[in-house]
Amino acid sequence: MAFTFKDKVSLTFWDHQEISSGPYRSRYNLRSLWKQTVMISILIVLIPLIGLTCFDYTITEEAYESEIMLRTSRFVSNIRRTIAFFLSERSFALNFIIQDNTYEELSEAKRLSYILNNLKQSLGGFTDLGVIDQTGKQHTYVGPYAFKDLYYKDAAWFKQVVHQGNYISDVFKGYRNAPHLVVAIKKELPNGGFFILRSSLDNERFNEMLSHLEISGLGDAFLVNEEGILQTPSRLFGDVLQLMPLPVPKPSVNTEVLEMKNAKTGNSLFVGYTYISDTPYILMVVMNKQEALKPWHTTRIKLISVLIATVIIILLVILIMVTYLVNNIFLADRKRAEILHHVEYSNKMASIGRMAAGVAHEINNPLAIINEKAGLIMDLFTYRDEYTKDGKLLELIKSIISSVERCAVITKRLLSFARNIDVSVFQPIRLKEFVFEVLGFLGKEAEYRSIQIDVSVAEDIDEFLSDKGKLQQIFLNLFNNSMAALYDGGRLEINAVKKNKETILITIADSGCGISEKDLKRIFEPFFTTKRNKGGTGLGLSITYNLVQELGGNISVESKVDEGTRFSILLPYKLKNGS
Amino acid sequence: MERILLVDDEKEFIEPLAERMRNRGMNVSTSTCAKEAIKKVQQETYDAIILDLRMPEMDGIEALSVLKEKNPDLQVILLTGHATVEQGVQAMKLGAMDFLEKPIDIKVLSEKIKKAKAEKMILVEKRSEEKIKKIMIEKGW
Repeated sequence: MAFTFKDKVSLTFWDHQEISSGPYRSRYNLRSLWKQTVMISILIVLIPLIGLTCFDYTITEEAYESEIMLRTSRFVSNIRRTIAFFLSERSFALNFIIQDNTYEELSEAKRLSYILNNLKQSLGGFTDLGVIDQTGKQHTYVGPYAFKDLYYKDAAWFKQVVHQGNYISDVFKGYRNAPHLVVAIKKELPNGGFFILRSSLDNERFNEMLSHLEISGLGDAFLVNEEGILQTPSRLFGDVLQLMPLPVPKPSVNTEVLEMKNAKTGNSLFVGYTYISDTPYILMVVMNKQEALKPWHTTRIKLISVLIATVIIILLVILIMVTYLVNNIFLADRKRAEILHHVEYSNKMASIGRMAAGVAHEINNPLAIINEKAGLIMDLFTYRDEYTKDGKLLELIKSIISSVERCAVITKRLLSFARNIDVSVFQPIRLKEFVFEVLGFLGKEAEYRSIQIDVSVAEDIDEFLSDKGKLQQIFLNLFNNSMAALYDGGRLEINAVKKNKETILITIADSGCGISEKDLKRIFEPFFTTKRNKGGTGLGLSITYNLVQELGGNISVESKVDEGTRFSILLPYKLKNGS
Repeated sequence: MERILLVDDEKEFIEPLAERMRNRGMNVSTSTCAKEAIKKVQQETYDAIILDLRMPEMDGIEALSVLKEKNPDLQVILLTGHATVEQGVQAMKLGAMDFLEKPIDIKVLSEKIKKAKAEKMILVEKRSEEKIKKIMIEKGW
């Protein structure tokens, strides 16, 4: 039987029914063998692979997170430096002005306006300038608002600047009703008094500075004061002077990065913050954790899809390999059973042969005696006148002799069967006589069942060389099959023609019950039988197939259910003289 | 009249056969053992010897070789209930004239015997011719 690669990797053994017992029983439970091997292979391959992936996943996640934190921290430090520089630059400018000018010079509105103009042109960001005396009255003011003579004595910032000497305020709305911040510097006068130079900065510049920052992962950079009120607009938490929904982080000298939860949305956030020294501001950079981890996630997804693809390939390869191996075991095992069976069959045939020979010989001697005695009686009848008239007795004796002859034919056949069974000798065969001889084994069955047997052997087929014993078995098997398939009154045709110089074609066609298409494919398989309940072993045709192959021939079958079956045998046509 | 010696251990077989052949006008002697047969052959001449293949003590093949050794001109027909190709070939090699399977047809046997006698006659003639030639050469004038 030829097995294609496809057969070898499909589960041919799966539905194989264990039919034989004893020495032919398969030694393996192929299904559980298959399952076990597949399971073990999968475990061995997949456990380390998946374990490694999980390990890698957690490790890189941690690494990536700390990388982000580090980056955030660096970023926060940079912005802090910029902002601190911006503010100190401005307070330094004011400081310079207050040191460079006397109280009187600064009290002059024209001079102050000139200074404001210079400031606006060089540094920018200044909205107005005012000089406040120690009573808290702003008696000189230049700027867009009419704030001259306003009293600041009770303002918190006034108290602070008096106390500290310089001051940077929170962003607030104040009298002008627009968010701004105030920078103020106190100067002691020689007479023991003091005055204050105050400037408000619009927070536009501030906002610009922060909003122009490109922060990866949809981040957000903003300032808050210690009460958690936004000092610059935030993309996430709203406009200036609104309350930030996050808790105000603890004071710290260094830049810190924390993981927080947005109370409103429940998202995890990375929050980097730092207190800007000498100001009331806390710089905060907030990043959505999910967004920040996105690049890492995409690489993870790529890696995981590669893993899944690999796992699928591995699974496929394992399945194919294991199936292939188990199929080979299955085939080898079946081959073993087949060979065992074949050996046993040949042994059986050989012992039947020996027994047949013994029986034939034992019977032949008494048969010879009967023959001679009956013959003698007949002789007596023929040579002596007193019995010649008794026709009835003569008939009886003739019938004894013809019965003996029939017995002799049977014993001769048995002997020739036994003779051919175990020796493989190529002998000359006259096909027509040979076919009748084998048909003789079927005995009277055909006659009783009124089955018509037609034998036609082409005239141009001479005596050819073949293994008589094997050929006998082949024909006997096929005839027996046909007889089993035939209904009473059916027809068996045996045809032989010369196909070409080297082959003859013998067809054995019956008009029996036929074979279904499904069974037809498996008909030469060993152990395949439809007559299991009636004692079929499923070996007849398999052995026939092998025998034909051994003779260098070929056998094929065609069949239609209820129309009949036709076996075609191609045999090498070798003549005695070697041609 | 043909002179024949039948050798078979089975008396039941040999006697009716001998009688039938006598009925057909042959001169038949019988013997149930090969050794006895060999003695008989030394004492008398026979046209044909019918020899069973399977016998106790000395079987047909052995007897055949002994007989042929003593007298190569003997015409021996072997009879057997168990014909095998090898035995047939062996018998022919040893110089048996024919090989028949039991049970035998009396007609076939008779024909073979006639043929055996004819052959024997030829042989005998040949021998006498040789003798005459020899005498003629030796005692020629």
